[in-house]
Amino acid sequence: MAGHSSVNTNTARSLEVRELSLSVPISGEHVEAVSRVSLVLKPGRVLGLVGESGCGKSLTAQAILRLGEHQGVMRESGDIFLDGESLFSMEEERLRRMRGGHVSMVFQEPMTALNPVFSIGSQITEVIRLHLDMDKGEANTRALKLLHDVGMQDAEAVLKQYPDALSGGMRQRVLIAMAMAADPAYIIADEPTTALDVSVQKRIIQLLRDLQRQRNLGMLLVTHDFGLVAELADDVAVMYAGQIVESGSVEQIFNRPAHPYTRALMGCRPEVSEPGASLPVIAGQVPPPGNWPSGCHFAKRCPLADTACSEPISIDAWSDGKHQARCIHAEEKLPGLEVAL
Amino acid sequence: MSVLKADGLSKSFRRGGLWGGGISHKAVNNVTFALKEGETLAIVGESGSGKSTTARMAMRLLDADEGSVHLLGEEITSASGNTLRILRKDIQMVFQDPFASLNPRMKIVETVGEGLRVHRPEMNHQQRREKVAETLALCGIGEEALDRYPHQFSGGQRQRVGIARALIVEPKVLVLDEPVSALDVSVQAQILNLLKKIQKERNLSYLFISHDLSVVRHVADRVAVMFAGRVVEQGTIEEVFGAPRHPYTKMLLAARPIAHPDQRKENNGNGGLDREGVAESGCVFRLRCAFAQDDCAGFEASIQSDESEHTYACLHPLDKS
Ligand SMILES: Nc1ncnc2c1ncn2[C@@H]1O[C@H](COP(=O)(O)OP(=O)(O)OP(=O)(O)O)[C@@H](O)[C@H]1O
Ligand SMILES: Nc1ncnc2c1ncn2[C@@H]1O[C@H](COP(=O)(O)OP(=O)(O)OP(=O)(O)O)[C@@H](O)[C@H]1O
Ligand SMILES: [Mg+2]
Ligand SMILES: [Mg+2]
Repeated sequence: MAGHSSVNTNTARSLEVRELSLSVPISGEHVEAVSRVSLVLKPGRVLGLVGESGCGKSLTAQAILRLGEHQGVMRESGDIFLDGESLFSMEEERLRRMRGGHVSMVFQEPMTALNPVFSIGSQITEVIRLHLDMDKGEANTRALKLLHDVGMQDAEAVLKQYPDALSGGMRQRVLIAMAMAADPAYIIADEPTTALDVSVQKRIIQLLRDLQRQRNLGMLLVTHDFGLVAELADDVAVMYAGQIVESGSVEQIFNRPAHPYTRALMGCRPEVSEPGASLPVIAGQVPPPGNWPSGCHFAKRCPLADTACSEPISIDAWSDGKHQARCIHAEEKLPGLEVAL
Repeated sequence: MSVLKADGLSKSFRRGGLWGGGISHKAVNNVTFALKEGETLAIVGESGSGKSTTARMAMRLLDADEGSVHLLGEEITSASGNTLRILRKDIQMVFQDPFASLNPRMKIVETVGEGLRVHRPEMNHQQRREKVAETLALCGIGEEALDRYPHQFSGGQRQRVGIARALIVEPKVLVLDEPVSALDVSVQAQILNLLKKIQKERNLSYLFISHDLSVVRHVADRVAVMFAGRVVEQGTIEEVFGAPRHPYTKMLLAARPIAHPDQRKENNGNGGLDREGVAESGCVFRLRCAFAQDDCAGFEASIQSDESEHTYACLHPLDKS
């Protein structure tokens, strides 16, 4: 039952996910795993997509590049618009050029995204030549410049090296350089620092921020780490069991988290609690696709849930300007959970 | 009294060389620490600094090139065979990846009960099963789990199983190597609370390895900071995190993720964060250190003392502030 209309009324520059539902094959059946997710990515802004493992963050991110389809991920409804044009009515050839060109991606695990048998130089120039009209010499010069831009010392030598010879932090820099190769307008970063060491993490965060600002990039930052969101995001969408449950500016979300899930998740971080004290916890776990309740997806774990929560709840059930939460008990006192900020 | 004591532990590995050979690389260099009864001593440091290698030597999963380990006052460095097996009852390990460390073909009751076969051979099948159920319950896992397999559990539940497996032989010391790094914050909180509760109930001592300083600040009493195979600073959490004296510790603390967007800082140089490399001689950190001077080239940065006072291996330490 694919698609509403494929014409977007809003043609301003943006990457917009609208009411997107995706299903995945689970024991022979297609089960909804992403449920009517809407997100808007704008040039020059970073949107953080946060939530626990298995919430559907990567599925959503990959759909933006129309990836995952060969693994059985299906669009049930909704659409994605790139500067006004529907991705689902785009021809294969244009899609290929869009991927890594207008929209590019940085994945979590740098080793799986790099080919071990080709030199760094040949992998970067390949991306450049796929998207830009350049000869070998020009592409090489650009590759060198990209490696400089991502703060690589000794870029000349790195071009000749193979992925194996690089540290995790250097590999992630190479991937970021590749993602920048065709001057993208949007970048999808799925857990870009999770696999890295703390000190390297900080460097990559600074690098992403500098590049994003210099090039006025629109960035979707997928992560389960509120620290990373605090560092980089302008806007935040919190995801739980396939749905966006809260969204707002980064200040709104950190200063006044409204949804009990957001509040609980932020409250159980050790950095905001007294050393040695016990941490607030959220009992239970995220229900997998196929096991979602009909009403609020978080109800089973929520201390505020009552019978009214078994009805579907809309994303603007609670709102304050652009700050929205899918909850009819937003901001009510949460027993046993004082969110100390 | 210290329950676990390491003196001058060193270990080298051969590295590189596609055609064999390669150069010997000192992964752990002269590491000394003492873990006291009922306390949590954390080891922190960046990837490759030698944390896991140190832990494995402390457990005798790996033989040290130099140095000694005492467990409950007994020297275990040269213990072997049966003696070692008996000693192992007092020291158990919990690993980072709860999935990789559980045998996928073994039921939970078998996995968790394995240690009993070795250390409590007098127990029969039924007694073992009861003991497993009791230990799992302590870790918040119900009896229905006994006959299930690891893939039927979530990451947090698997980590609880890993903890139960370590606890079942009633050790005095738990070595925890990145026990919560693979978990979501919400699950992480459950596991950290559980560890705390068990520690109190059983007066356990934890050697807690982590690269996450927020977690360490939350759970540990004392901390040892490792860089390039050496302990460069150690003391209580308040001392080391509150007023770090070694420039590396300060850098590591600066790299800690922020808790709120108001704490964002612009990228304006960061005291060595951008530099790489480990010095071959002298202070290992001097190539990355913003405070390095000529005399650092002749300084061996290693902490000798196992005392509980605040110590640091630096010729030009930061001011106490
Ligand atoms: N190709 C697939 N086939 C079947 N199920 C899938 C597929 N891809 C994802 N899923 C399931 O969909 C749910 C959402 O997965 P997704 O990878 O988007 O989670 P995530 O939020 O990115 O989690 P993490 O933080 O662990 O990366 C999970 O329950 C996952 O098991
Ligand atoms: N079995 C081994 N053979 C060769 N080298 C090894 C071996 N085990 C560890 N090393 C090397 O020893 C050094 C220290 O490794 P170790 O695993 O102790 O670091 P770590 O501090 O635990 O790092 P991480 O945070 O990544 O787990 C590294 O350079 C590593 O490559
Ligand atoms: Mg993911
Ligand atoms: Mg390790």
